[in-house]
Amino acid sequence: MSSVKAQEMSTTASVAPRRTKTRRHLSDRAIQNLFMWPTLALLIAFNLFPLFYSLYLSFTNYSAIARIDPVWIGFQNFRNILQDRQLWQYFATTGRYALVSVGLETLLGFGLAMLLREKFKGSGLVTTLILIPMMLSPVVVGLFWKLMYNPTFGYLNYILGYTNPATAPDWLASRWGGTPVPGLALWAVVLVDVWMWSPFVMLLTLSGLNAIPEYLYEAAAIDRASPWFQFWRITLPQVAPLLLIAVLFRSIEALKSFDLVMGMTGGGPGTQTELIAVNLYRQAFLGQWQTGRASALAYIILIIVIGVSNLYIRYLNSIRGEA
Amino acid sequence: MASFEETGPRRPVTESIRVDRISPGARTWRTIRALLSLVLALIILIPIFVMVITAFKSRVDITTPPPKLIFTPTLEGFVFLLTDRAIVTAGRLAEFQERAAAGEMNLFERIAFEGGLEITGPSDYVFRLRNSLIIAGISTVASVVLGLLSAYAFSRFNVPGKGDLLFFILSTRMLPAVVVTIPIFLMYRQLRLHDTHIGMIFLYTVFNLSFSVWLLKGFIDEIPREYEEAALVDGYTRLQAFFKVVLPQAVTGIAATTVFCLIFAWNEYAFALMLTSERARTAPPSIATMLGSGGLEWSAIAAGSLGFLIPVVIITFALRKYLLRGVTFGAIRQ
Repeated sequence: MSSVKAQEMSTTASVAPRRTKTRRHLSDRAIQNLFMWPTLALLIAFNLFPLFYSLYLSFTNYSAIARIDPVWIGFQNFRNILQDRQLWQYFATTGRYALVSVGLETLLGFGLAMLLREKFKGSGLVTTLILIPMMLSPVVVGLFWKLMYNPTFGYLNYILGYTNPATAPDWLASRWGGTPVPGLALWAVVLVDVWMWSPFVMLLTLSGLNAIPEYLYEAAAIDRASPWFQFWRITLPQVAPLLLIAVLFRSIEALKSFDLVMGMTGGGPGTQTELIAVNLYRQAFLGQWQTGRASALAYIILIIVIGVSNLYIRYLNSIRGEA
Repeated sequence: MASFEETGPRRPVTESIRVDRISPGARTWRTIRALLSLVLALIILIPIFVMVITAFKSRVDITTPPPKLIFTPTLEGFVFLLTDRAIVTAGRLAEFQERAAAGEMNLFERIAFEGGLEITGPSDYVFRLRNSLIIAGISTVASVVLGLLSAYAFSRFNVPGKGDLLFFILSTRMLPAVVVTIPIFLMYRQLRLHDTHIGMIFLYTVFNLSFSVWLLKGFIDEIPREYEEAALVDGYTRLQAFFKVVLPQAVTGIAATTVFCLIFAWNEYAFALMLTSERARTAPPSIATMLGSGGLEWSAIAAGSLGFLIPVVIITFALRKYLLRGVTFGAIRQ
């Protein structure tokens, strides 16, 4: 029916140009703006404006729960933060967390992808099953791993064979049979991060592997190149761009990591798993609500994340351009 | 001399077969690989399996070591999760027993009564789930609609500074939630949007918007421009062409985007934790605090987690073709 109408319109168009002008009342330019600006306006209102606002706040002494207006104190917040040993500690923890978890995820994800690379019966199902953890809510994941890690009735210790709670590791409390083992809790959280996100690396690597043209391997096979040689000279260089994207994306996410730790340890025991994002939350929304100082810290984190994101988006764009 | 017709293959050769791929060695290797990956997949799924069985265990079964694989399933966890309960007083015990005997109790009441409890009403969690549904649902629709419109604009028109704008849109997604929340918290307090549904809907819409623009742009880029151009030549206006030609072609992309946005909004924790307290609080932050409030209600937590698990598992299977696009903002496709 609509096409008949359209036909009618196109015939009238040639006869009566004045009438079509009133019908085609929206120019492409108008439509472009109409379609684009609601999105841009929302992003500006909810992302750009808040960023400028918190930039201002980062130069002030201000607490959101005090009834006092922000007081301009220049770079004092930044100076305090950079001199705060404790905060450097949290940055170091975050760095360790990001480095180890992203490293392990890359290795495991790559390994899984190599395993699943060639199709076999049911490989699609296995791949999808492995991808499930990645789609879950990190905070819920944190909670159910907390149950896995529980020293008295958790499953992990039983699977590992530590059936006596008195001598078994209490992972999230960083204790092993009663003696403190500093760092155990952090590695326990790292393990969950690896569990959750290795599939992500696998997914990207798999697509990279599938895109390698078969003739490269055929040529190598004709030349009797060893599998080792094929791996280093064909497979690795060819998947490198996608692997790098996976690593960059995971690094950004690991630096921002918040939900998982909140679900599992809330920063404890002591400050052993206090990642920088968790500490930022604590400073901004708990205790004294140091809004000004927290904004300054947020900006420092932001600059680090923007640095890594920039690399990520550039790589994405280059891949996109090639595709 | 025999000609090729006599010695050549009997059947037409339609594909080349690599000899090294069908040798016995290669076959064994493939079997080993299949078994190994199956075992790994099962190991990876252990925590999820544990969560599922925990949801159907009684409190006693959960907290008594060693952890059991065989137990009598109960819906206790779901009762704890969804209802508020009070201890049945000695005076009313007889009345309850009578009702139980007469079969006047529904399933939940009966399970609660077996533990000596009566149900006093729905728990807070029911309201939180409802909040999650409202906020995730509306914000998803909003971000997909807005995302679709701007994806179309970016895909089809020569927007000045297109690269930079797309870059800006994606970069908003990279911001750590905690960083953006401080100013938004102050802004919302000023506008009285703190702890309101509408405030959270706006926030989640924006949160998903960058994602939906990028993902949908990828899908729309794949629809040949010629379709619309033909429609335009036939006298359709640009809007008509968009609605009648582009939209039907983009349905799969729209569906995939919708589901991804829904999952993100459904799983979101950080914003909800910091910007809501009572009225508009969603399920993820409240499931996390359940541990602290009513003692160690592991069965309730497991039951609640199941509510996050099941939709995600179904969706993962339904969307497996689009997962890659989803996690890379539509930049990489197969």
